[in-house]
Amino acid sequence: MAVGSVVAALTALVLLILIRFLYILRWSGKPLHGKSWRTYSTLIVLGSGGHTAEMLNLLSVLQKDRFTPRFYIAAATDNMSLQKARMMEDSLINAAGVKVEETAKYLQIYRSREVGQSYVTSVWTTLVATAHALYLMIQLRPEVILCNGPGTCIPLCAIAFLFKVLGIRWSSIFYMESIARVKRLSLSGLLLYKLQVADQFFVQWPELQRKYPRAEYVGCLM
Amino acid sequence: MGDAEDGVGPKRTVFVTVGTTCFDALVRAVDTREVQQELSARGYTDLVIQMGRGTYAPKKSNGEDGSLVVDYFTFSPSIVDYLRSASLVISHAGSGSIFETLRLGKPLIVVVNEDLMDNHQTELAEELAERKHLYCARPQALYKTIADMDVESLLPYVSGDAAPVAKHINRFLGFPDD
Repeated sequence: MAVGSVVAALTALVLLILIRFLYILRWSGKPLHGKSWRTYSTLIVLGSGGHTAEMLNLLSVLQKDRFTPRFYIAAATDNMSLQKARMMEDSLINAAGVKVEETAKYLQIYRSREVGQSYVTSVWTTLVATAHALYLMIQLRPEVILCNGPGTCIPLCAIAFLFKVLGIRWSSIFYMESIARVKRLSLSGLLLYKLQVADQFFVQWPELQRKYPRAEYVGCLM
Repeated sequence: MGDAEDGVGPKRTVFVTVGTTCFDALVRAVDTREVQQELSARGYTDLVIQMGRGTYAPKKSNGEDGSLVVDYFTFSPSIVDYLRSASLVISHAGSGSIFETLRLGKPLIVVVNEDLMDNHQTELAEELAERKHLYCARPQALYKTIADMDVESLLPYVSGDAAPVAKHINRFLGFPDD
């Protein structure tokens, strides 16, 4: 009977997604296998002000030949962060001479909600922002995502997780909680921690590590 | 510490910064008689206020009556120059301003903005105050903090290091340690 086969097909589909989901939960957060000599395309989500400063501090010590190409992304309303990222990248090129090719790209993303925006209009802006994030993620399909809040990183990480479930791209997501968070996680941090979206979760104060045992305590970045 | 001779005596500037925020409560506080008297009593001669997006403009003064020289502006691309030439910094609780000041080794009083809704920034200021890297105050009690502070007892802040995070990320991805 047609109804019976539809039900069977649906059940199979749901089961398949469930199994895939469990597989993801089993393997995310686990180090990638073997020794790696390849490069990783890397998406760097810049927050603003202090967040950006911390992120660029991390970028200054990461080996650029491993994390390449690098895509920097910032909110469309934040015109300082990409400028600072570009300054850091340019200083690398200058330090290395002219031989290094430009491996960094700079992108802007719509924000779902600006500070003080009403909740009614934010339904629409959230939809636009999510669609934009999806468009960018389909284009970039990064293998590594580095983020440290605030909210800009949430749609990007959610889509990256969806790509994992669908088998489009297995990206490793690293979240670094801001140094300003001493006792409580930020909302972005809490979401990514609780939903186990972040493969590795770093905190800068020991008290947070005690509260969130899956987090890695890495000391202060600033 | 960046003191310049001004003909009469060493110039000791207090720099007040609110970053890109609106923090009229702090600008009002440093505009009060109590705070300015305490600053004078501690040997400071000049007060420069970066008032950001606030609407309250403090009173300027050229210090003729022996009081502080007071000046203000809204924004400047060279905040770091003001920090560098200051003998004391009074700042809002933004992590950018805090670490920039600490890195320059300037005595710092962080004033917490109690009007902010989700005020997680007090956490950082209080933690660093507990570790004796700075003083933490509320706008109304700023004069008291200035009167009671002992800037010599503040401990220098050793800048953090991103290397441990980089190591974790590299290991996770299977890169060998260098």
